[in-house]
Amino acid sequence: MPKTWIYGDNVDTDVIIPARYLMTSDPAELAAHALEDLDPSFAKTVQPGDVVVAGANFGCGSSREHAPIALKGAGVSAVVATSFARIFFRNAINTGLAIATSPEAVAATDPGDEIEVDVAAGVVRNVTKGSEFQAEPLPDFILGIVRAGGLVDWVRQRVGAS
Amino acid sequence: MAATITEKILAAHAGVRSVRPGEIVSCKVDLAMANDVTAPPAIRAFEKMGAGRVWDTSKVALVASHFAPAKDIASAKLMTSMRRFAQAQDIEHFFDVGRGGIEHILLPEEALVLPGDVIIGADSHSCTYGALGCFSTGVGSTDLAAVLALGEIWLRVPETMKIVYSGKPGPWVMGKDMILSVIAAIGDDGARYMAMEHTGDTLQHLSMDGRLTLTNMAIEAGAKSGIIPPDNVTLRYVSERRAETGRDRDFTVFESDVDADYAEVLEVDVDTMEPMIARPSLPSKSIPVSQVERRRVDQVFLGSCTNARIEDLRIAARVLGDERIADGVRLMVIPATQRVWMQANAEGLLDKFAAAGATVSTPTCGACLGAHMGVLGPGEVCVSTSNRNYVGRMGDPTAQVYLANPAVAMATAVAGEIVHPSEIRGEVGVLIA
Repeated sequence: MPKTWIYGDNVDTDVIIPARYLMTSDPAELAAHALEDLDPSFAKTVQPGDVVVAGANFGCGSSREHAPIALKGAGVSAVVATSFARIFFRNAINTGLAIATSPEAVAATDPGDEIEVDVAAGVVRNVTKGSEFQAEPLPDFILGIVRAGGLVDWVRQRVGAS
Repeated sequence: MAATITEKILAAHAGVRSVRPGEIVSCKVDLAMANDVTAPPAIRAFEKMGAGRVWDTSKVALVASHFAPAKDIASAKLMTSMRRFAQAQDIEHFFDVGRGGIEHILLPEEALVLPGDVIIGADSHSCTYGALGCFSTGVGSTDLAAVLALGEIWLRVPETMKIVYSGKPGPWVMGKDMILSVIAAIGDDGARYMAMEHTGDTLQHLSMDGRLTLTNMAIEAGAKSGIIPPDNVTLRYVSERRAETGRDRDFTVFESDVDADYAEVLEVDVDTMEPMIARPSLPSKSIPVSQVERRRVDQVFLGSCTNARIEDLRIAARVLGDERIADGVRLMVIPATQRVWMQANAEGLLDKFAAAGATVSTPTCGACLGAHMGVLGPGEVCVSTSNRNYVGRMGDPTAQVYLANPAVAMATAVAGEIVHPSEIRGEVGVLIA
């Protein structure tokens, strides 16, 4: 069963991936140090499909795209937060890390709960409790980037079309 | 329709008459910037996008700043990748090691950012440029790559928080203290997704150096951008920078309508403000220096895109006087750019710092992000003039970082513990009106 990792407010990009590891942007190398200054057990035991649930202002701080890449590289299938810092939000959309903004889902999550996220539908499911939460809807424009598979492919389509 | 300065700049760059907060618009970009950490992933994304050439080689700036000079082989490779791309794409504004410095202090000096511009930087502190009356924000590498390919970017038009400062800054109060006071009041995400528009009579007492500190830390309040509508101080600065660099690109001065809509208005009394200090490990944990515990420190860092301009070094030197740095304290002084370094050298400031026992470095972001040139060890305590005191930001996760202005930082270096600058140098006003 996928594990849910629960953290508090203001999880900044320095703790998601410290600058001492930014000499690479390789997902596997970054994943080995994901969240290590906040929770040394995370990178050692995280499994593909695990979900991160956190409080307000997730991903605040630096613009380093290495942060969503590290989480995605670690196998994190989605991050559900009360709110996201704006650069991290863009970076997650652009690099294809699933994110959902839902204070209600965060408040209702207990350690051990299994969480599923459907980004396109904007739904967060607490499988353990059998509850479902509507996430803050993404504007159509942003959903277009999600559907294209990220910003690289979205731009490819535009460059190819012109 | 009444509009804020930010709405007017975004509308002009989207080619429409007006925009409203919340709307998503595509804006033409006047300058795209990346550094040695963010450029290499942007270059790889750009290559995958298949555009071939950057949209305009005169509108791209690449700056070696974060790990500069290369701290190890891996960071040397990052700089090589940026260097090769700059050469292959014929990028006009490439600032290599020894030719530039910290981008957020460098680009205004170089007259590459101007009032009315839309600036997109692959670095979160790209909000700094807003002090010149432009819209400027930070993005990640893939967003930057899209700008390199297309010359434009999608932006959600931000709501604006207007901050009205009144009164004259007292002894040792600087732009840093104004922005730390605001972040303490509204919280680390108090301006999330918003533009912070700084206004009020206090600004007439702030030089461009102080104003750039004010907009630099918009991101620490979660804001998308910080902006100061241009006035005589701005226009004089821009005119000097254009004259010195010979760059004469046209620019437009925008201002907010008096009846523009603001999501929030915050009034800040500067008359009664004291120098502030942010305790570990969030910028919002700022309190007046007189109320903070007098802890002994291991290191003091005078540098970063927040406070390493010439005014910052002059004020620190004034606090230092003829004293020496306290035993047991390491003082790192890192002037932001080659130009600041040479000016400080010409004024004898670097000699003065070195003679007092400081380490004076070539320009680099280094210590601020715990990369090199002053990384903190386990349990160490540091007072830093930079912008972030998050866990592990400057080195070991058990190190503790306080954020303060250059006067407080130097006073602490001299005393060996956190003190108010008045204890070292008396009640002296520091601002250049």
